[in-house]
Amino acid sequence: MPMPAPEIEALIRAALPDAEVTITDLAGDGDHYAAHVVSAAFAGRPRVAQHKLVYEALGGRMGGVLHALQLTTATPT
Amino acid sequence: MSDSVHERISGIVNGHDVVLFMKGTPLFPQCGFSSRAIAILDHLDVPYHTVDVLQDMEVRQGIKAFSEWPTIPQLYVKGEFLGGSDIMMEMFEAGELHQALTQAGIPVKG
Repeated sequence: MPMPAPEIEALIRAALPDAEVTITDLAGDGDHYAAHVVSAAFAGRPRVAQHKLVYEALGGRMGGVLHALQLTTATPT
Repeated sequence: MSDSVHERISGIVNGHDVVLFMKGTPLFPQCGFSSRAIAILDHLDVPYHTVDVLQDMEVRQGIKAFSEWPTIPQLYVKGEFLGGSDIMMEMFEAGELHQALTQAGIPVKG
């Protein structure tokens, strides 16, 4: 079931207000995305914890509605 | 998740140095993310054990609670959850995966 990119971005920014979110629709089908999230909230956290913050922001949709979301995270430079 | 499923998963991740929970098998991955994870492990040429979650509904659901991680594949090294395919790729590209495996005492030939 597709989920529009702006909705994904809004969910992430609601939980991580400072986040810069770049979403790429990989297949042009509104179903396979790559998201790059840059937030100061990631500082000092291991990668698993950084990704968990984003998954929590998506509120259980990851692995469900959102099957194919490639995620990369970074802290602001 | 029931205690017995938790125990089974615990037994698997502690029974092998490197374990990948995946959809399908190394020869026939049933999902692009699992396929990518296998490609990384094969490239590093490390010995690994895989569990096909499509053959085991209990483990398929249980593993997500076990690691508090919503997706599959999942990589465990020496009993510790290292990440999914995105983290594997990030770590691989940064040389960190090679380093983490070596530090865990896993022979990395690739």
